[in-house]
Amino acid sequence: MSGRVLVGVKRVIDYAVKIRVKPDKTGVVTDGVKHSMNPFCEIAVEEAVRLREKKLMKEVIAVSCGPQQCQETIRTALAMGADRGIHVEVSGKDYENLGPLQVSKIMAALAKKEEASLVIVGKQAIDGDCNQTGQMTAALLDWPQGTFASEVSVDGDGLKVEREIDGGLESVRIKMPAVVTADLRLNEPRYATLPNIMKAKKKKIASVKPADLGVELTSRLEILAVEDPPQRQSGVKVESVQDLVTKLRDSGTL
Amino acid sequence: MFPACKYTLQARQCLCSLKVLQREHLPSLFCATRWSSSSSTTPRITSHYTVYPRDKDPRWEGVNMERFADEADVVIVGAGPAGLSAAIRLKQLAGEQGKELRVCVVEKASQIGAHTLSGACIEPSTLQELFPDWKERGAPLHTPVTEDKFGILTEKYRIPVPILPGLPMNNHGNYIVRLGHLVSWLGEQAEELGVELYPGYAAAEVLFHEDGSVKGIATNDVGISKDGSPKDTFERGMELHAKVTIFGEGCHGHLAKQLYKHFNLRQHCEPQTYAIGLKEVWVIDEKKWKPGRVEHTVGWPLDRHSYGGSFLYHLNEGEPLVALGFVVGLDYQNPYMNPFREFQRWKHHPTVLPTLEGGKRIAYGARALNEGGFQSLPKLTFPGGLLVGCSPGFMNVPKIKGTHSAMKSGMMAAETVFSKLTNENLQSETKGLCIPEYEENLKNSWVWKELYSVRNIRPSCHGLFGVYGGMVYTGIFYWILRGKEPWTLKHKGLDSAQLKPAKDCMPIEYPKPDGKISFDLLSSVALSGTNHEHDQPPHLTLKNDNIPVNNNLAIYDGPEQRFCPAGVYEYVPKETGDGMRLQINAQNCVHCKTCDIKDPSQNINWVVPEGGGGPAYNGL
Repeated sequence: MSGRVLVGVKRVIDYAVKIRVKPDKTGVVTDGVKHSMNPFCEIAVEEAVRLREKKLMKEVIAVSCGPQQCQETIRTALAMGADRGIHVEVSGKDYENLGPLQVSKIMAALAKKEEASLVIVGKQAIDGDCNQTGQMTAALLDWPQGTFASEVSVDGDGLKVEREIDGGLESVRIKMPAVVTADLRLNEPRYATLPNIMKAKKKKIASVKPADLGVELTSRLEILAVEDPPQRQSGVKVESVQDLVTKLRDSGTL
Repeated sequence: MFPACKYTLQARQCLCSLKVLQREHLPSLFCATRWSSSSSTTPRITSHYTVYPRDKDPRWEGVNMERFADEADVVIVGAGPAGLSAAIRLKQLAGEQGKELRVCVVEKASQIGAHTLSGACIEPSTLQELFPDWKERGAPLHTPVTEDKFGILTEKYRIPVPILPGLPMNNHGNYIVRLGHLVSWLGEQAEELGVELYPGYAAAEVLFHEDGSVKGIATNDVGISKDGSPKDTFERGMELHAKVTIFGEGCHGHLAKQLYKHFNLRQHCEPQTYAIGLKEVWVIDEKKWKPGRVEHTVGWPLDRHSYGGSFLYHLNEGEPLVALGFVVGLDYQNPYMNPFREFQRWKHHPTVLPTLEGGKRIAYGARALNEGGFQSLPKLTFPGGLLVGCSPGFMNVPKIKGTHSAMKSGMMAAETVFSKLTNENLQSETKGLCIPEYEENLKNSWVWKELYSVRNIRPSCHGLFGVYGGMVYTGIFYWILRGKEPWTLKHKGLDSAQLKPAKDCMPIEYPKPDGKISFDLLSSVALSGTNHEHDQPPHLTLKNDNIPVNNNLAIYDGPEQRFCPAGVYEYVPKETGDGMRLQINAQNCVHCKTCDIKDPSQNINWVVPEGGGGPAYNGL
């Protein structure tokens, strides 16, 4: 076991910003809009750094896939305590079509290349809300997965993961190497303070192309259109049950 | 009450007159208990450590308060046009003369340009000086002004006023820009030159050497919870020490406020007066779009005694965008005035509505701006530092342009600082360098001449005919005589002292927003993208928690719930049912500083929240 943790971080539009659909309906306006690290990715980075601080892991590598600006996101991860960063350069049309399948292929290739024992990612990104990357990565690597983790602890040569599921909490024990996806209550991420940002400027970020990892990025999905959700219609108050039934019949619902 | 035999006649007369004074002249502010800032019936609002020091707070015992410190040659607070121009100029000079200079810029916004808001119609002269090749470098000045329109609005009509060459409103040769994008571009140029930019880190404290000169700044602490106690994630801010610290915080900066008091910089000038500017960006119907058109109006919905007006600029950047907004002078007297709602109802004017019909609003923001001009310029330098940009206030009010003079002040600051720093025979009395040459050079430059020539225009609006008197004054004394009249008119005094009690004023009936042209406050605030980490002490601090209800609400009907463009202040009924309390929704704050300026009790002190918080303007 090498004790290396690979953490995936994604640069997304900040959660407090109001999204605007592009006039040509091909996507959302991103130019000049405030971006930040996906909140679940912050939790993932925090967990990885805590594992290293507890001396259970030796090195934390932060990875991000995207255009030049992703380097800022990797720097934030480095300021939070990651040791080095890898920027997988994807831009233009390829970046617009980048989805969980492509990212998980990249993560799997990197995990093998860096000989990682653990891959931690956020459970989902707040822009795509796919909740697929962690799971697909585990499948491609044929590694066990502990998803929606609200607590992670080392148990012998494996991990004990407390999962948040619909019915409550589920405890699973998985062998390493493994993939874990971070849920909200896993930890409270630390701040990236200024002295750490300054130190992070000296840490290495390696640049790599997907082709170098043997990953081809063609998407099986084609985005037809991106539109605003329909304007919410105001409701109608009815006086009696008879009225309600009549209205439902008239609208064709009944 | 006082036994007659105990006091002499004189003493008794003294006591009687003092009682009368207390009853009639001193506001309730002095009657509130001074040793506890919140009584048992007022719920505690403020928890910030600037009001409740941590060295006396038992929850902070044993917490390590050491700070990491770093040295730079120059530290600049604020990455706006002035701060970035100073940083760029410093690095340009260092490059030309082969010297090494470490320049650090701290900025509270999470990205450069995110807290920038302006009309804006700028004069490119200063940019031309800073970067003669700005066009090749791709500076975002895409919209030269093609036409200039000015009108006086009445409730239904518009009276056009010709813009003759030589009038301050003439914009020939200028560009309509989205200042936020220009500031982002300046940030990129600065980084290329080697300036260390740190967005997301706010300067929270000024540091001093033992000899009293400025040593640098400290960034904000993080990880303090809403009630003021330390969280697990607590970490101290960092100290940045410099030989000279340049403060470019923009209009009514919070550190500048402290510096004015500390170094008594406002001894020989008038108090600064302000206005609030609210702005929206709209995508309009292409048929209504006239790229390059600049429109200004005065008059309706404001009366002639309330200074203010509107702007509407048609941008030429691909999409049919217009930038429009409304400015209200903060010396207004009626506490029922609501600048946001004045803006919303202005949009319904028959000459404005057609442009916006069928369009979509995509951005909203607000910011205070300077109106004091020449009379309100403080002393600009002090041991260890100096002030640039809108912080001291170089805005030319009738032209409504301040960017070119802010950038020039930044460049002059850089030039004087550079020559001092590279002077090998430098002898300084204080550890922090004194740069009086900066102020002298500014006084000999066009900035001073320009501000001097327009100094009387704003105060001339205080006369019997209000704004129209001001326009006549401008026509005679500025257009014809070029501002050479030998007198200098005074401003009215502090904006916060201008409010009349609510009982003496008429409430204003504002129309309801229709959701298509005019909007409600909360949906507008959402569009500004503003947000703050919720678990931190509110950064709108009150010196005394009792004053809002006892003074602001009682006498002025709570003007803060009306002048705040982000809905931060709300008077809500207390849970116990007996009376009202002030609720501060600090998360909504868009950092406009209006509350700090206009609060009639001057009880609100805006301090900087955790860096990265605040609005997320994109090209505003």
